[in-house]
Amino acid sequence: MTTTDAAVPRVGSALPAPGSGVPLKPPKARWLRITGTVGPLGIAVAVLWLSIIVLLPLAALTVASFDDGLSGFWDAVTAPVALASLRVTIFVSLVVAVINVVMGTLIAWILVRDEFPGKRIVNALIDLPFALPTIVASIVLLSLYGPESPIDIQLNATQPGLIVALAFVTLPFVVRSVQPVLIEADREVEEAAASLGADNWTTFRTIVLPALAPSVLSGAGLAFARAIGEYGSVVLIGGNIPRKTQMAPQYIQQQIEIDRPVNAAAVSVALLLISFATLLVLRLVAERSLRKQEQAP
Amino acid sequence: MNVTTRARILMRTAALGYLFILVLLPIALIVWRTFEHGIIAFFDSISTPAAISALNLSLLIVAIVVPLNVIFGVVTAIALVRGRFPGRGLIQGIVDLPFAVSPIVVGVSLILLWGVNGWFGGIENLGFKVIFGLPGMVLATIFVTLPFVVREVEPVLHEIGDDQEQAAATLGASKWQTFWRITLPAIRWGLTYGVVLTVARSLGEFGAVIMVSSGFPGVSQTLTLLVHARYIDDHNTFGAYSAATLLMGIAVIVLLLMTLLDRKRETSQ
Repeated sequence: MTTTDAAVPRVGSALPAPGSGVPLKPPKARWLRITGTVGPLGIAVAVLWLSIIVLLPLAALTVASFDDGLSGFWDAVTAPVALASLRVTIFVSLVVAVINVVMGTLIAWILVRDEFPGKRIVNALIDLPFALPTIVASIVLLSLYGPESPIDIQLNATQPGLIVALAFVTLPFVVRSVQPVLIEADREVEEAAASLGADNWTTFRTIVLPALAPSVLSGAGLAFARAIGEYGSVVLIGGNIPRKTQMAPQYIQQQIEIDRPVNAAAVSVALLLISFATLLVLRLVAERSLRKQEQAP
Repeated sequence: MNVTTRARILMRTAALGYLFILVLLPIALIVWRTFEHGIIAFFDSISTPAAISALNLSLLIVAIVVPLNVIFGVVTAIALVRGRFPGRGLIQGIVDLPFAVSPIVVGVSLILLWGVNGWFGGIENLGFKVIFGLPGMVLATIFVTLPFVVREVEPVLHEIGDDQEQAAATLGASKWQTFWRITLPAIRWGLTYGVVLTVARSLGEFGAVIMVSSGFPGVSQTLTLLVHARYIDDHNTFGAYSAATLLMGIAVIVLLLMTLLDRKRETSQ
């Protein structure tokens, strides 16, 4: 453990002073310079750990997706069923993101600005979808909307079924990103607007919405990124019907089962690129709104 | 904004109604279905040999994953906060990567790296089975839980700074002494929070694990795989419900722990 590898050489230090008694280290190439209080060993351990667990598997995936060359990759991604699964995935995830924008903001609103009995329980309930294993989410929703539905609503193997399942697992994102912003929001500005004769809709549009927009967007983006990769919660309720309810992760899983690793890898890389692009856009938006805040007087 | 009473009640009804239909009603229904034949039937269902060995396997994976994540997660967090080295920003990005990768993609990547035809497929010829064995499930679980400890410990390390560590070092403490006496006590609540999240996710992971498990009941079936197999393969809906209720019970305990730890962290700061 290299916690306190202070620059001062000291008794008992595991790092011997370079040369005996020579106080200056030999100059190293600039790109290799390591400063701070962590020695090269700690950094090496961290890099090795991340490489074995995360980087090498993803590198193997990327290389495998080009096993049949660039055209092989393209053919695998644009195969009709693969393309359909990507289309279904993106469409359903967009719908879920929009639902989250509306309902998530509304829920955050009543949790911050409204008072009603049992508010704290409702607040705790929001985190439940994160804590619940995804396969349990699937079972839970099937018990209500599946073949044995007591209210006779069957969403089994339909796109609305996918949407309900994804709305369930992504529920906390928008709520939890909007909530703190609403708590911090300056209500005096709203009151000033109201006293100057602005009606509720105008106040909401011109004052509340611009303040909330970045957090709503980031919550929706995270929900979208989560939804496109989701598997456990849709595997039972989705029905896995190609071109209709088969999502990209299910297609990938199927390709592995029928021993088409190149197809599976290619669609996986496509899926990864979509989620990276989403997260990149989110980061750019966040940076822009941060800059705006700093520039504001 | 002065929302009229009518509008406020309308908004409240819409929000609570949405939560009721989406979250509360399905969960209440499944708990009802689990216990409608009495608590004995529930216990019988979660204490079949297959269920017990599934629970044991899930706990075994947790027991392997948590210490590894604690050791390497703390080292990584310290390296990221205290180290200044080229490529630090890149490492930061890699730590967050598992959050952006679909569990299924995790499984495929592991198969392509460790599987028979993968880069490290040679290991299998030496008689060490990674994919379709315990090591594969452990690797998959570590992949998806990797960010938790790092991301919970990092802000705490930032906040405490390294003054005390420097002071201890100047006073002649060895690196180990400084770590055990200064750093570890300071990061303990953040670390505990990270461990709770890791345990919860390890027990609940499904997509990544099902890809690399052979899924034999009693051998390589975790609790989440048991829920799936009971529902799909055995058409044992009640069995699936009761195993799901067991997992839900664990999730609720985790939520309570998290709330408790949140308060603890706030008071200790």
